[in-house]
Amino acid sequence: MNFSGIPRWVYGLAVVGGLFVLLPLAAMVAKVNWTQFIPLVTSDSSLTALGLSLRTSAASTALCIVFGIPLALVLARRPFRGQRLLRAFVLLPLVLPPVVGGIALLYTFGRQGLLGKSLGLAGIQIAFSTTAVVLAQTFVALPFLVVSLEGALRTAGNRYEAVAATLGARPTTILRRVTIPMVLPGLASGAVLSFARSLGEFGATLTFAGSLQGVTRTLPLEIYLQRETDADAAVALSLVLVAVAVIVVGLSYRRPHRADLPAEAAA
Amino acid sequence: MSFQIDATVRARNLDVSLTLGQAETVAILGPNGAGKSTLLSVAAGLLRPDAGSARLGDQVLFNLDGGGRAWTPPHLRGTALLAQEPLLFPHLSVLDNVAFGPRSSGASRTESRETARHWLAEVDAMELAGRKPGQLSGGQAQRVAVARALAASPELLLLDEPMSALDIHAAPHLRRLLKRVLSGRRALIITHDVLDALMLADRVIVMEKGRIVEEGATREVFRRPRSQFAAGLAGVNLMAGTVTEDGLRTVATVELPSLHVAGDLDDEAEPGQPGVAAFPPSAVSIFLDAAHGSPRNSFPVAITDLEPHGDHIRVRAGDLAADITPSASAELGLEPGSRVHFVVKATAVQVYAA
Repeated sequence: MNFSGIPRWVYGLAVVGGLFVLLPLAAMVAKVNWTQFIPLVTSDSSLTALGLSLRTSAASTALCIVFGIPLALVLARRPFRGQRLLRAFVLLPLVLPPVVGGIALLYTFGRQGLLGKSLGLAGIQIAFSTTAVVLAQTFVALPFLVVSLEGALRTAGNRYEAVAATLGARPTTILRRVTIPMVLPGLASGAVLSFARSLGEFGATLTFAGSLQGVTRTLPLEIYLQRETDADAAVALSLVLVAVAVIVVGLSYRRPHRADLPAEAAA
Repeated sequence: MSFQIDATVRARNLDVSLTLGQAETVAILGPNGAGKSTLLSVAAGLLRPDAGSARLGDQVLFNLDGGGRAWTPPHLRGTALLAQEPLLFPHLSVLDNVAFGPRSSGASRTESRETARHWLAEVDAMELAGRKPGQLSGGQAQRVAVARALAASPELLLLDEPMSALDIHAAPHLRRLLKRVLSGRRALIITHDVLDALMLADRVIVMEKGRIVEEGATREVFRRPRSQFAAGLAGVNLMAGTVTEDGLRTVATVELPSLHVAGDLDDEAEPGQPGVAAFPPSAVSIFLDAAHGSPRNSFPVAITDLEPHGDHIRVRAGDLAADITPSASAELGLEPGSRVHFVVKATAVQVYAA
C-alpha cells in the first residue's frame, strides 16, 4: 500500500461526514410507498412539474453558458480595475438566500420594477411567468458555471492562445477552436452544476415566479405543495428529483480522457 | 523586403534595433534575462513596447514613435512563433494542428489539410498525422510544431530555443531539419548553443541586459568575439580596454586593476581605439608567484572555481579561465580562494579593435 499521509482519525470523521449525507437519503427511500410509486409520480401534476423543471433548467443552463463563458473569460484572462469587485458580485448568489434573490429579481423585472415598468409598457410581463422561473434559476446557477470555468481557464493559461494568434487565428477563431475545446471539461462540469442547481431551485422561484401549475410550478415547488396534503406523493417525487440529480452529476463526473476528446469538436 | 524593428520595453529594460534581410537567419545569443524572448514577443505582437516601430516588408507591424498608435495584431503579422515547448493543441490531431494556420487564414478544410500533409512530409512526420499530441515523443512533437509554424507560411519565423527542451538524441535530428527548412527563409532564432548558431544562422546577435552588444557574421563573431558572452561560447578569455603600441591597456574590473597586456596587434587595430585582448585558456599557465621576464603577461587573480574540462582541469578566476593538467593542479594545491598568477605569453594574445 502506498503511503497516504492521512492520520487515522481522519477516516473516522470522513465516515461520519459521508453518513450525514447518505442517511437522510436512505431514510427517505425507506419511506417510499412502493405500491403507489408509479401512479404517484406519473400523475398529471407530477409529470407537468417534472417537464417544466427539465425545460426551465435546460433553458437556464443555456443562459448560464451564454453569459457565463464571457464572464469567466473576463475574470480569468485580463486584470482590470474593479475585477475583484465584479467577481464578488458575480459570486454573490452563491451565498445569498434564494428568497432574497427572488425579491431582488421582483424589484428588477416585476410590474413596478426597475426594468419591469419599461418592459410592461412594451407589453412584456416577466414576473409570475415561465420566463421568470428561468431567470430565477439563472440568477442562482450562474456563479457555479463562472467559478468552475474561471478555474479551468486560469489553469490552462494562455500560451496556446498566443501560439494560435501567431499562426494567424483571429480572436474569435481562437476562442472557438482553442480556448473552449481546451477548457471543455471545466465548462461541462460547470454546466452540470448549473443544471443541478437550477433543478433544485425553490426560494427565488417561489418569490419571483409564484406557483402556477404548468407555468411556474417546478418539481421542488410541487413537492413542497404535496407535502401538505399527500406525504407519499412528496416522498415519491423527491426520489425522482434525487434520481435525476444523481444521473446528471454521475454523467458529468465521468470526465472524458484528454486523448479521447472528439478530434473535430470545434473544427 | 526586409524586417526592421526598433523597440523599447522599459519594464524589461529592453532597447534594441535590428534589421533582417529577405532570406536571412539570425541567431540571438545572450545570458538569461538579456531580453531575447521579450524581443521575440514584441516582434510577434504578444507584447506592446513602450516606443519604437517595426516593419515587415511593406507592412507596418507597429509604429509608436512620435505619438503614433499603429498596431497590427499578432494574427495579421505573418510571424509564426515556435517556443521551447511544442504547445500542440491537445484536442486536435497532428494533421489538424498543422492545418490550423492555413485554416485560420481562410483556406477550406480540404485545402488546409492538403497543405498540412505537405509540411508533415517535409518534416518526416507523415506517419504521425492521425495521432493526438499526447501520443508523441518530445522530438516528434517539436517536429510537428515546426511543420505547423511553416504551414502558416510566415514572412518571419520566430524560434525561441526550439531545441532546449529536447533530449540529446532528438536535438541533432531537429537541428538538421531546421537547417533544411530555414535555408532561404527569414528567421530569428534564440539559442544557447554555438552549434545552432554555426549551423543555422548567417549572422549572430549577442544581447546583454536588454541591449545588442555585438553582432556580425557567425564565423567572425566566434573567431574574434568582442563581448564577454560570445567569448565564453567561443571558449576564449577576453579582456576589454584600449589598444596600445604593443598590446592593450585594460579597463579595471572587480577582479583586476587596469593593467597592460602585451600581445599581437591585428593589422587594423590602431593605438588609442577601444579593443579587446583574447587568448585561449589552454595558453594560460598558473604560477604561485609572479612570473617576470618579457614578453609574458602575469595577472594576479583569486581562483573562484575548479571544474573538469575534458582531460584537463579548468581553473576559473572571475571571467578568466586556464586549462591545466590534473597533476599540475595537484602540485600547486589549487582550491577556490587561492591567490595565483595567470601567465600567458604575448604571442598567444590577439589584440583587435572592439
